[in-house]
Amino acid sequence: MKLLLDSTRCQGYGLCHEPAPELIDLDDFGYARILAASVPPGGEDAAAAAVAACPNSALKLVK
Amino acid sequence: MTGVISLLPEGWPGLLTPPPGTHRDPSTRTSYEPGGSCGCRDQGGRADGSYDSYNSYDPYNSYGSYGSYGSYGSYEHVSRYTAVGGYAPVAAPDALLDRIAAAGLRGRGGAGFPAAVKLRAVRDAPGVPVVVANGEEGEPGSVKDRWLLRHRPHLVLDGLRLAAAMTGAGRACVYLSDASAERAVRHALAEWPHDDGPRVDVVRTAPSYVAGEESAVVRRIDGGPALPTAKPPRPFERGVGGAPTLVANVETLARVALLHAWPDAATQVTGAHLVTLSGSHGRPALVEVAAGTRLGALAAACGHGEAAAVLLGGLFGGLHGAGWTGLPLDHEGLRAAGGALGCGALHFLRPEDCPVGVAAEATAYLAAQSARQCGVCVSGTGALSGALSAVTRGTADPDTPQKLLRWARQLPGRGACGLLDAAARITASLLDHFPGRLDEHGSRGCPRCAGPAAADGLRFSVTVP
Repeated sequence: MKLLLDSTRCQGYGLCHEPAPELIDLDDFGYARILAASVPPGGEDAAAAAVAACPNSALKLVK
Repeated sequence: MTGVISLLPEGWPGLLTPPPGTHRDPSTRTSYEPGGSCGCRDQGGRADGSYDSYNSYDPYNSYGSYGSYGSYGSYEHVSRYTAVGGYAPVAAPDALLDRIAAAGLRGRGGAGFPAAVKLRAVRDAPGVPVVVANGEEGEPGSVKDRWLLRHRPHLVLDGLRLAAAMTGAGRACVYLSDASAERAVRHALAEWPHDDGPRVDVVRTAPSYVAGEESAVVRRIDGGPALPTAKPPRPFERGVGGAPTLVANVETLARVALLHAWPDAATQVTGAHLVTLSGSHGRPALVEVAAGTRLGALAAACGHGEAAAVLLGGLFGGLHGAGWTGLPLDHEGLRAAGGALGCGALHFLRPEDCPVGVAAEATAYLAAQSARQCGVCVSGTGALSGALSAVTRGTADPDTPQKLLRWARQLPGRGACGLLDAAARITASLLDHFPGRLDEHGSRGCPRCAGPAAADGLRFSVTVP
């Protein structure tokens, strides 16, 4: 599974970080920074929660 | 006036010089434009839009301001182009593609991606492909693409025709913003009896730093704004009208045409680069040079021998100080040094230029050119430019170098296009190659970079010869 961020959609809400702190960090400006584009085994639920948390649908999970 | 210089060894087929063995005897030059027009293409079109005056242009006109090598000072006619093997029938497109792969031709738009890999990906993707000659050079310090389109449009159109044949494309486009280039391309299309291959459209865009980025090209051709989109998908997967699309730099296509016409010179054709030199005290120049040439030797050969440092790759390859003269002009060598060749534009710094001031101007320009689609780019370029400007004025916080270092590491790869990466690399390279220069500015600022950093990019701009 790959976690993809559309940077044109990320508005810096920051809601993705809490459900998946191992996968997503927030930078100094509040924008999401993907730490692990390839989701490690066991991280799928956290990744899916981060995708669901974004109010602007900036994240997606692809096979 | 920008010079045009070929530094290629004798006998190499190049883009700036006539093919080997085709030099004309000077006594036979009878078709010069009267009055010494010096081949200036901007004077070529008439107010009524006709182009008859081109017919009296001599493509081998080297007088005027182009230097002794400016053999394509004006416009290369179709007759001249076909006389040296141009527009020859494509007997075996797959064999040509294999030749491109074997020769290792890399794209000349900036990323240096292997041309054959891109061609095959487009050919093999489902759907009828579209091929695009990308002539929108957004880097202010680069002139090569506009020069090719203005002076040798047939070479580019031939490369586009060959790309269409290799990929099985059903549509072709020339994408550009330069008005003189558009006139030359339209004139060339009218001259060229293209009875094989798809229709060629000319799509004009407004010039900007990001307008030539491949996803921006696709979006503009499809009728939208010339702004990048998020990847995936890349244009080879889903491009113009949803079709697999080859977006190829015009120099890449010109080299494809040379490879077709000069099969025995494949190594030389792929082993040469068009570069644009500017800055320092020397004259700006469009130069064709063999890959691997040391940057110091290149600078010295073109009147930039006193340069103290260099900004590589247009604004994409970072600042390089001590030791820059020994760097080789090729993708691998510059990448190994933490730089990038990009589109081949080299901006030299004079000994009296402050690298912090140059970095402040470059990042201010990039911040102004941001498409403002990605929040991280707006914030990131703004923060880098603001902090560097504060350093030049002596008003930066004590922790500014630490912040710049953190941002330079955090920001690369985060925007939809490479603009943010360019700003981050300039900052990272400034910190890496000019240690201590930020601290020197202290609380007094720097008299050499006085005043607010210009955001217009004029320092880096070069006039097309």
